[in-house]
Amino acid sequence: MGYFDGFKVTFKTLFEKRVTVEYPNEKRPKPERFHGRHVLNRYEDGMEKCIGCELCAGVCPARCIYVRGADNPPDAPVSPGERFGFVYEINYLRCIHCDLCVEACPTEAITESKLFEFSFTDRKDAIYTKDELVVDDDGRPKKLPWEDWREGDDQHTSAWVRATAPSGDARYEGRVQWSGELGYGVRPPEPPQSGDAVPAATPGPGGEEA
Amino acid sequence: MSPVQTLLFAGDPLFSRGVDLGVVVIVAIKVFVSFAVLMVSVLFMVWFERKLVSDMQNRIGPNRAGPWGLLQTLADGIKLFFKEDLLPEQADRRVFRLAPYLSLVPAFLTFAIVPVGGVINVGTHTTRLQLADPPVGILFLLAMSSVAVYGVMLAGWSSGSKYPLLGSVRASAQMVSYEAALGLSVAAVVLVSGSLLTSEIVAEQSGGLPFKYNLFRLGFVPFAIFCLAATAELNRPPFDLVEAEQELVGGFHTEYSSLRFALFFLAEFMSTVVMSAIIVTLFLGGPAGPAPDGGFLGAVVPIGWFLAKMAIFLFTYVWLRATLPRFRYDQLMDLGWKRLIPLSLFWLLVLAGMRLDRRYGFAVFLGGVVLGAVMLRALQIGRATAEDEAAPAPAFGETS
Repeated sequence: MGYFDGFKVTFKTLFEKRVTVEYPNEKRPKPERFHGRHVLNRYEDGMEKCIGCELCAGVCPARCIYVRGADNPPDAPVSPGERFGFVYEINYLRCIHCDLCVEACPTEAITESKLFEFSFTDRKDAIYTKDELVVDDDGRPKKLPWEDWREGDDQHTSAWVRATAPSGDARYEGRVQWSGELGYGVRPPEPPQSGDAVPAATPGPGGEEA
Repeated sequence: MSPVQTLLFAGDPLFSRGVDLGVVVIVAIKVFVSFAVLMVSVLFMVWFERKLVSDMQNRIGPNRAGPWGLLQTLADGIKLFFKEDLLPEQADRRVFRLAPYLSLVPAFLTFAIVPVGGVINVGTHTTRLQLADPPVGILFLLAMSSVAVYGVMLAGWSSGSKYPLLGSVRASAQMVSYEAALGLSVAAVVLVSGSLLTSEIVAEQSGGLPFKYNLFRLGFVPFAIFCLAATAELNRPPFDLVEAEQELVGGFHTEYSSLRFALFFLAEFMSTVVMSAIIVTLFLGGPAGPAPDGGFLGAVVPIGWFLAKMAIFLFTYVWLRATLPRFRYDQLMDLGWKRLIPLSLFWLLVLAGMRLDRRYGFAVFLGGVVLGAVMLRALQIGRATAEDEAAPAPAFGETS
C-alpha cells in the first residue's frame, strides 16, 4: 500500500500535539541564563555595587554603554569604596546583549534580566539611564511603562554570574564566589553547576582543569 | 388575474399558465437562499481547508478572526476589497475584466441543478429543494464546467504576461482532456439511471439500502474516475499545475489583484463545494438516507444527510491537497488520455452490456481485459524494441 502511506501520515498528524506556542497569549519558559535587559545591582545593605570603573563601557563591542565615575561623597557614600557610577547609560538601540559587560564587571554590579519585550516608541526611551537600571529597594528591577515583565522574570537577574566560576576557572565550580544582592542575600549556585547535580562530570574544588 | 400579476407576467407568456405570485416568490426565495448558502459555505470551506491543512502539517492555522478563526475569510475578503485594482498595461481590458465572472458564474449555476433535499410543502405550494430541474439535467453540469474553462483561459490570455499565459494553456489542455473522462463517467450514470434529470437520478438511488447508490451499482469505477477527473477539472492538488505557485507564480491569476482576485479565489472554492455536491448527487444518492416521513424533521433530515455526505468529499479534497505532490505535465496527460478515458469507455461498454444481459456484460468485460492485456504487452514490446534501436546512451531522464 505504498501509495497510501502518505495519506496515513497526514491523517495521523491531524491528531498530534502542536508544538507551536501562541506567543503573545502564552509564552515559553525562558532559559536560565537568558540575556535580556540589564539591571544594576545593589548590596544587601542598599549600597550600589557599581564603582564607576568603566570596564563595561570599555569591553562593550557595540559601544552602547556610557559611564562616568565620581568620588563618593564622604558623608553619604553611594557605594562601598572610593568611587561610584555617577552616570550610567545603556543605549538599547545599540546593545547586542552579548553579556561581555557582565563578564567584565569586577563587582557583579551589572547583570542581565530575562526581559526582552521592551518595545519603546521613542528613541529617547531607548537610552536607559542609571535611575531606570538600578534595582529598587526590594532588589527588583524597575518596571518601565513600556516593559512587559512576566511572572518571575524580575527575580532571576543574575543567573549567568551564579553559573560561572570566577574567571571561568573550573576549580571554582559550585562554590559561592559572589556577593549578596539586595532583597535576595547570597544566592545559591545554579542547579546544573552545583556539583551534586552531575557529580561524575564535574571535578570537585581543587581538581585539575580539563 | 390581478393587475399586479398581469404586470408581472406581461413580459413572459410562459408564466401565464398556472403560475401565480406564490410560485414566483418561492423561486425568488430559493434563488436568494441558495446564493446565500453557497456564499457562506464557501466562506467556511476556505476556513476549513486552511485549518485542516494546517492541522495535517502540525501547524495551528488561522485562529485570530472570530472563534477558531472562523471569520478569517471574511477578514481576507474585506482586505482584498480595499486593495488596489491593478490592470496590466498589456492586458486586453475588456476580457481581463470579464474573465473572473466567467469562472464564478458557472460555479453558481451548477449548484442550481443539485437537489439538496426532498419535496416540501409551503402553504398550498409544493416545491423541491432544488433551484432548477431543467430537462437537460446533468448535461448542464458539463456545459457549465466547459464555460468555466473559458474563465481560466481568457484570464491567462488577456493578462498580457507570460506566466498567466503558460498557466492558462496548461489549464485549457487539462480541463478539456479531463472533461472527456468526466463526461464518460456521467454517461455511465445516465445509462443506468435512464434519466438526465438530477431529481430522478437521486430518486432512483433513494429508498432502501445504500447498495442502491450509483457508487455500488456502477461498480465503483465510474465513481473513482469521476472523482479524479473532477479534481483535475477543479485545478485542485495534485492536479493544480495550472496555478503552480512555484513555477508559474499563481498561473492564470498572477496579474489579478483586489476584488478580481477574490472572485477567482471564490470561484475555485465554490467549484470545490459544488463539485462535491455533484458527486454526492450522482453517486451517493444526494439527500437519500433514513428519514421520517413528512413534518419538519422530514424536510431537514435529508438535508443533513446531503451535507454529511458532502463533508466527506470536502475533507477528502483537503486531505489530497495536504498529502500529494503535484503531477508533472506529461504525467497528467498520460493519466487523462491513456488511462482514465480508455478505462471509462471500457466500463461504459461493460455497463451497457450488463443492461442488455448479464452474459453480454461479462463477455464484454472479459474481452476488454484480454484486449487491454494484449495492448499493454504490445506497448511493452514496442518500447523495448525502440530502446534497443536507440543510441547506446539513453537520453537524460529516460528509464530503462
